[in-house]
Amino acid sequence: MSRVDADVIVIGGGPAGVAAAVEIRRRGAASVILLDREPHLGGATRHCSHSPFGMREFGRVYFGAAYGRRLEQEAAKAGVDVRTGHSVVRLGADGSVDVTSHRGVERLSARRILLGTGAREMPRSARLISGERPIGVVTTGALQAYIAFHGLMPFRRPVVVGSELVSLSAVLTCLSHGARPAAVLEPGPQPLARPPLTLFPKLMGIPFHCGAEIVDIRGRGRVESVAVRRNGQLETLDCDGVLLTGRFTPEAALFLQSPFGVDAGSAGPAVDQQGRSADPLCFAGGNVLRAVETGGWAFREGRAIGAVISEDLRRDPAGGESVPVGFDDPVKLAVPSLLRRADGRVAFREFQLRFLRRARGQLSLELDGREVWRKRGEWLPERRILVPLPAEALQARQVYFRFREDG
Amino acid sequence: MPQAADPRMREKFDVAIIGAGVVGCAAARKFALAGAKVILIEKGADILSGASKANSAILHTGFDAPPGSLELDLVRAGRQEYLDIRKSLSLRLVETGALVCAWNGLEADKLEDIAAQGRENGIDELRLLPGAAARETMPGLSQRLVAALEVSGEHVIDPWTAPLAYLTQAVALGAVFLRSAELLQGRFDGHWRLETSTGIVEADCVVNAAGLFGDVVDERLGFAAEFTIKPRKGQFVVLDKAAFRHVPRIVLPVPTEITKGIVVCPTAFGNVLVGPTAEEQEDRLRATVEKETLEALLKRGAEIVPALAGMPVTAVYAGLRPATEKKDYRIFARAEQRAITLGGIRSTGLSAALGLAQHAVKLHGGFGQAFTAPPAPGLTMPNLTETCERDWQRPEHGEIVCHCELVTRREIEAALQSPVPPGDFGGLRRRTRAGMGRCQGFYCNARLAEMTRGRLATPLAVEAGEKP
Repeated sequence: MSRVDADVIVIGGGPAGVAAAVEIRRRGAASVILLDREPHLGGATRHCSHSPFGMREFGRVYFGAAYGRRLEQEAAKAGVDVRTGHSVVRLGADGSVDVTSHRGVERLSARRILLGTGAREMPRSARLISGERPIGVVTTGALQAYIAFHGLMPFRRPVVVGSELVSLSAVLTCLSHGARPAAVLEPGPQPLARPPLTLFPKLMGIPFHCGAEIVDIRGRGRVESVAVRRNGQLETLDCDGVLLTGRFTPEAALFLQSPFGVDAGSAGPAVDQQGRSADPLCFAGGNVLRAVETGGWAFREGRAIGAVISEDLRRDPAGGESVPVGFDDPVKLAVPSLLRRADGRVAFREFQLRFLRRARGQLSLELDGREVWRKRGEWLPERRILVPLPAEALQARQVYFRFREDG
Repeated sequence: MPQAADPRMREKFDVAIIGAGVVGCAAARKFALAGAKVILIEKGADILSGASKANSAILHTGFDAPPGSLELDLVRAGRQEYLDIRKSLSLRLVETGALVCAWNGLEADKLEDIAAQGRENGIDELRLLPGAAARETMPGLSQRLVAALEVSGEHVIDPWTAPLAYLTQAVALGAVFLRSAELLQGRFDGHWRLETSTGIVEADCVVNAAGLFGDVVDERLGFAAEFTIKPRKGQFVVLDKAAFRHVPRIVLPVPTEITKGIVVCPTAFGNVLVGPTAEEQEDRLRATVEKETLEALLKRGAEIVPALAGMPVTAVYAGLRPATEKKDYRIFARAEQRAITLGGIRSTGLSAALGLAQHAVKLHGGFGQAFTAPPAPGLTMPNLTETCERDWQRPEHGEIVCHCELVTRREIEAALQSPVPPGDFGGLRRRTRAGMGRCQGFYCNARLAEMTRGRLATPLAVEAGEKP
């Protein structure tokens, strides 16, 4: 191999990327470059002011930018070469990445690459929401950035769409920054978060409707109102914004635009039990794999993949044939989505599954047609589902999650 | 009567142009180049606020225009001038070529006629191809393709930087761009006295390039109605840049009487466009996207290019075309009142704009008023297309503000300080592409709110004092 700039280049300085970079350095790699396009590390945690981070990894709780500062300290202590303000614009096939920074464009190469670019919410366009396209339709992430980084607000009386945990956090963010949501709308039949959290908007006197869909956004400068369909009835809600919450999707553009593409289920890169992608030199970890887990989860995942990578540096990269993990319809995604017959350390001890919709029935794991695990129950969308990943699965030629729906 | 708040309005102009769409901007340039003192009066906060903001960005050859029509002449003249001036105005051209695709025998039969019409229209670079041969030039096309007509001269351009360049050149020659000024009434008594929502403008000649309000403006100028605008809505879906490699060429359907039909084409910015629809409506302002229609467009796109199935949607938009009762342009010159109407430019305005501007200057020549042409200033417009070097590829760009479209701080600051700065957020997006990418502002919207404080007609951030 020609000269490289580092043993490992980590792309993305959120919890997963920093944990991996630190782990790889601690396990003896001479050089790890961590690239992040923002001015500070922390990723999405930088603007999440309500979620506590750090309890399991650092034994104390941090909020917002403080967690990112702790990650910066950890990276510095471990001797990671942190380069903020560096945007990766292309993944090469040979362990190289094209980067733009104040220096212009440069190509960096390493013996291994780790992608930890996280996740974001789906915008209005990708949700195909009907109506005009005025100012004031934003996602929770954008709202948090308005507040955390600039002390601004994009609206005063938004209609909030979604009922995930982040949706309720968004309502709280509005209320604590001088905005009062006109209503909280969940297009699905039930709230996605658990009670008692879902009671919160009502407690605050904010109408909360399930089965309610925006069918028209009105306004030519700023949002003026939305038309909502609920129980077959149309009603107009006056508002000055629409806050789209949740429906996270991996920020996997680098993979999407590479020859490898992304996994159809997760919309993130397909990886095997080590976190290795279709490109044997390239690994991925954290929320870029699947939307969306907690910061602590991403941290632990990054650390585990970091351990794999540091071991992998001592041998030839194990490519080889992979077996895709298949699944029946109500299952949305499985991570890892590939299994490879490979020796060495495993990063994922469990399969992570998500469901597309609420379904009652039996979920089972079959290896070469033989059932090795099963569980009956009611499965909900946007909930973490873990299934043990047995060692024998790595030898199977067929790995499949079957679902038998009741009724 | 509103007072003239803008001191620039107190001058007496040779030519007042109503409407800063692509046609108005091109006309402003051409009259300014001819030596006229020009004012361009726009109701919106920025140029391209109406029909011109939403189109398919194709530089047409005119192969399918009605033979012998003025539209054909002006599309051809406009296209030629675009190619002639593009170096000196740094306008971009993505040479894609087009395939008119026939998906069944009936459509395949029509290709012969379309080719014959194309040749009659003076377009020679036409090739009838069997399905397999057409797919060799674009392997992403569905195997169901029966035959195609290759039109190698159809290309893709940046539909927003081009008109901005036209106006920027006009402004460099002393033209005045008056925004947020609606024409209320015009009176002619030897010269024009135009009452606008921001004051009086006086001019010798008036050019109506008011697009969706062309008939209304003619009426306000005191002319009997020669045509009625019948808005025709077009919805579009923009797919992720990952789709680009599957769509290197413009894919046109066999056209019908009403419309050119659903097009799948690459954009100059490296995305893929599917659209437009053709939906008649009364409203001239409300251009809504509709979920069911967008879903149908996505389905149609994947039928034409199967690899587009499941491709993430980057953006959706809708535009209104200023159609009238008739298919051809509605152009009128009234020598005794020194007025020109450039109306009913329903769908080929981007291609024909420079031709329309030539035509307007020619018509004006009949009014007996001569100018002395000044030397034409050259321009360097920012490049937003993926086929030339972008600012992020150069050092010292400040920072990447919009990560999806790789828009730099230097580009945004340059746009805000340019001779024709953006008047609203749409204008900033069209000048820089900031916020136009796959995340649609998840990462950059707040930063842009900060950078554009006090600069835009509808600010991104609400003021602290505003009550919920």
